[in-house]
Amino acid sequence: MSDYNFAYLDEQTKRMIRRAILKGLAIPGYQVPFASREMPMPYGWGTGGVQVSAATLTPDDTFKVIDQGADDTTNAVSIRKFFERTANVATTEETDKADVIQTRHRIPEAVLREDQILVYQVPIPEPLRFLEPRETETRKMHALEEYGLMHVKLYEDISQHGAISTSYAYPVKVEGRYVMDPSPIPKFDNPKMDMPAIQLFGAGREQRIYAVPPYTKIVSLDFEDYPFEASKADHACDLCAAKDSYLDEVILDDQGNRMFVCSDTDYCRSRRAAGHVGRLGTKNQLEASA
Amino acid sequence: MYVAVKGGERAIDNAHAWLAEERRGDTTIPEMSVGQIREQMALAVNRVMAEGSLYDPDLAALAIKQSRGDLIEAVFLMRAYRTTLPRFGYSEAIETAEMACDRRISATFKDAPGGQVLGPTFDYTHRLLDFKLAADGEVSEAATATPRQEATPHITTFLKGEDIIQDEPQSDAVPGDLTREPMSYPAGRALRLQALARGDEGFTLGLAYSTQRGYGRNHAFVGELRIGKVAVEMEIPELGFAIEIGEVELTECETVNQFTGSKTEPPQFTRGYGLIFGQSERKAISMALVDRALRWEELGEDNLGAIAQDEEFVLSHSDNIQATGFLEHIKLPHYVDFQAELELVRKLRAEAEANLAASEPAQEAAE
Repeated sequence: MSDYNFAYLDEQTKRMIRRAILKGLAIPGYQVPFASREMPMPYGWGTGGVQVSAATLTPDDTFKVIDQGADDTTNAVSIRKFFERTANVATTEETDKADVIQTRHRIPEAVLREDQILVYQVPIPEPLRFLEPRETETRKMHALEEYGLMHVKLYEDISQHGAISTSYAYPVKVEGRYVMDPSPIPKFDNPKMDMPAIQLFGAGREQRIYAVPPYTKIVSLDFEDYPFEASKADHACDLCAAKDSYLDEVILDDQGNRMFVCSDTDYCRSRRAAGHVGRLGTKNQLEASA
Repeated sequence: MYVAVKGGERAIDNAHAWLAEERRGDTTIPEMSVGQIREQMALAVNRVMAEGSLYDPDLAALAIKQSRGDLIEAVFLMRAYRTTLPRFGYSEAIETAEMACDRRISATFKDAPGGQVLGPTFDYTHRLLDFKLAADGEVSEAATATPRQEATPHITTFLKGEDIIQDEPQSDAVPGDLTREPMSYPAGRALRLQALARGDEGFTLGLAYSTQRGYGRNHAFVGELRIGKVAVEMEIPELGFAIEIGEVELTECETVNQFTGSKTEPPQFTRGYGLIFGQSERKAISMALVDRALRWEELGEDNLGAIAQDEEFVLSHSDNIQATGFLEHIKLPHYVDFQAELELVRKLRAEAEANLAASEPAQEAAE
């Protein structure tokens, strides 16, 4: 791949993306239009995140990619390989060792540090999109801070279902100004967004970048009498016994038996390495799975 | 007991190896060369160049070979390659009035200066499978004539004298480029035309067809359809003048459409415009119809609520690479979000059942 520039994109393009990122950081939660490039992977498969990562990575960085919380999901493998080939950067599966983490649908369980950057892949950056399909309208609504429609939607949820029926991509208000789509992370992850690391969001097909600077106040939209609730499966991890992590439900057989395991594979691995054992785990499971 | 899948990396490598094998197919059958595709699948090559926004028949043929004939996948390969190419500058506007036409027809006049030239068209063939072709593809030489040297004027120039067709607004503004700047709406006609020229042929055809069937009807006549080669000139800063750097084959379509006039203007014909790389008539005509439909506001027509009149709708959905990427991404794992939905639906069902159970005894008591 030596025919391509470092991290695939040419330097002018990376500069253009960095400008959009800086603008995004200066106006937290505001969706900055950028001239998204065609990437060698399909739209909807992380082209926004890949462009943001390409503009963010330096040759000395260590890069981690997760999808659904896991490093070994197919698309995470594909994106990690892409940067190994085009940027020749070191990669890791350990959250702690990564400088830049690209993610789809999850925030790692471990608290990120100030010197880390979390890059989200975003399919639909506009939190109001499914309430108002027109970009011309939604831009106006953001400019005028006209978010009544969103509250009406949440209210209608409650009147219909007795609860807010949004379980992922749960809208947040950023530093008291912009309503933002946190990307399709489960709402369990929303409270983690108030974090020391920089959070960058890239939507390639929709040509938008937005950002949340460190320690920005992120509030999940709710009502006083129906407060936001970060929920997860009511179990402990069957491998590492963690009670505080988001869990995947794995079907074991056709008899209805299931197991619950950490969605964050690195978190689960490090807990097991530290000797935590869940309901279905074994002491020597690390060697067994290696 | 741990059943969750590990080893995504090896699975991907194996899948790719299998794909390469499937692409090649039965190895007892000779392999197809890029040259064979370029020469014998020329219309596929044209489509891939048009929607890939890159005029390079060899690369397009390679993309078709690599993509096993999946043309949208081939367009994707072209786009991903194109995006890495540096932009040295922009050519001068091409002059289609000076096109060396292989084909040039007008549906609005029986004959016109420059003539009706059918060229290599399927139009009047009988669509009967030619079984002879299965055995032997040799063809006898077609008749030739001395090419006309003089330029072929556009049909619409004959209408302009009478002022019966609306003049196109002239502008020296540099047209936008949606591959360099993010789209914003209203996009304006230049960007609309760029988007339509790159847009999916099927999508554009469907929209154009919908206008013919009454969803934003605009009574289009094919004023002219021409296919041929046009010189591309570019000003070289070091030289200070423009030189020809190559030629491209294009299909151009101008439609002549009715316009009933408004309070201030008498009735006049208006135009729709289509311009596509290569020989792509269906696409060029479709583009012209959709372009005309999108001009409703500029021409003071009513918005009938037809989708072909809706710029934002049309332009945000015309790109097949965007569309197919997003559509197919739902194959990716979504189990984290699905888990959240599972929890929610279970909780809502439990609450609903509890409410039902609580209300039942009360009902019985009432009975």
